[in-house]
Amino acid sequence: MHRIRPALFAACVLMTAACSNIQPWVKPYERDRLADPIMAWDRDAISAAYLDHIRESREGSRGASGSAGGGCGCN
Amino acid sequence: MRLESARGILGRLAVLIALLLVRAACADVLPDDRADLFYSKYSGGGMDITGYSALVRKKFTENFAVEGSYFIDKVSGASIDVLSQASQIKDERKQKTATVQYVHDKTTYTASYIESVERDYRSNTTSFSLKQDMFGDLTTLSLAFANTTDTVGENNGTAEVPIITWLGHAGSKSYDIDLSQILTKNFIAGVNFNVITDQGYLANPYRSVRFIDASNPNGYSLGGQVYPDTRTSTAVQIEGKYYLPYRAALTASYRWFRDTWSIVGNTYEIDYTHPISNVWILEGRFRYYKQNSANFYSDLFQYAGEYRFEGRDQDLAAQDNYTIGAKVTYAFLPDGWKMFKRATATFDVSRITFHYLDFRNIKDFGVKNGYKPGDEPLYQFNATVYQVYMSMFF
Repeated sequence: MHRIRPALFAACVLMTAACSNIQPWVKPYERDRLADPIMAWDRDAISAAYLDHIRESREGSRGASGSAGGGCGCN
Repeated sequence: MRLESARGILGRLAVLIALLLVRAACADVLPDDRADLFYSKYSGGGMDITGYSALVRKKFTENFAVEGSYFIDKVSGASIDVLSQASQIKDERKQKTATVQYVHDKTTYTASYIESVERDYRSNTTSFSLKQDMFGDLTTLSLAFANTTDTVGENNGTAEVPIITWLGHAGSKSYDIDLSQILTKNFIAGVNFNVITDQGYLANPYRSVRFIDASNPNGYSLGGQVYPDTRTSTAVQIEGKYYLPYRAALTASYRWFRDTWSIVGNTYEIDYTHPISNVWILEGRFRYYKQNSANFYSDLFQYAGEYRFEGRDQDLAAQDNYTIGAKVTYAFLPDGWKMFKRATATFDVSRITFHYLDFRNIKDFGVKNGYKPGDEPLYQFNATVYQVYMSMFF
């Protein structure tokens, strides 16, 4: 039980936090470059999936070929 | 011991759930509605594959979107493994995908169903994912799970009159954790961790092992592959994207891969994106990939049934390959037209050079032209991939 208590405490602290309380070191008004379409991980999903399909059918490796989220998270 | 372990897991779960429940001051939004038409052509290694695809994505409310796509691959020719046995492939693969997406505050929930049908292979995939923006929108965490069931068959007839023998089933489960992090106002980084487990019929029925056979004029004979019926793979990719001092982006990524068949793969990729005004986007990329062979792979076994598991699939051979690619995107209809707000047209070409390090070319070389089994030159080939597509945003 002593292991769960700190985790529950951390959970409560995090649950009571709102994103407005967290001070992002890159402010929303500083993210214009990150919002540029050229900074998106995959601009064209069909094309990226097609190239992955070609590679996976000719190579032994697979998976982990994409990253989460878009280029910015500015919303 | 088991109780302690369960407590540890409960504690970690509590933190994870709390992280996902951190309340947000502003909600995430879904991407724009769009419709895409896509054409692709792959030529290389004796194969020609032409693909056509259409995709439509539509938001019904600000929180709910539906996406559907349809893809057809037409395959003609055959890879060297099949050509070595003097049979040809002419086949078609049809893939339908349906996706629903729902956004609530900072969380995006996605569910997808994919059905892929060939006359000798059927595959169904169901996937779920959850994406959460957090810490002032600097961090995006995504968790995903996919379950795939395959039915594997073999065409024992001809391309025109197929006779399909169904050989078995295979199932796979894929687990993904992605983390994307804004580090500076010019730099974003990502880490992706993926585990896939497979079970069932995992071999390619059209490919064969070869073994020394003095009674055969070629000096070898061909036999069926025997694969293990389980496989688990782990892959980790790290990537970074940097906005250069002028308006252009540089992306670099590295992926490490390992599986229970002892394949270790390393992938390196670099990509440069350069827009010209708001009309053109030019992109150039270079990718290098290297792997060792699977532990049950051999180009030439000493005799039939030498080992319990035997494979000579070229995907399992030691290889390296590199890709040079270029992409041009042209943006048009800047003021919109009827229901469309804007549109883009894209042309993408990639040239891939494959070198095999322990897979020999037995199609073009053999005893007839002075090569003993195992002395044939190593196989290599080039492939060219063209993609042309148009995207309309509305």
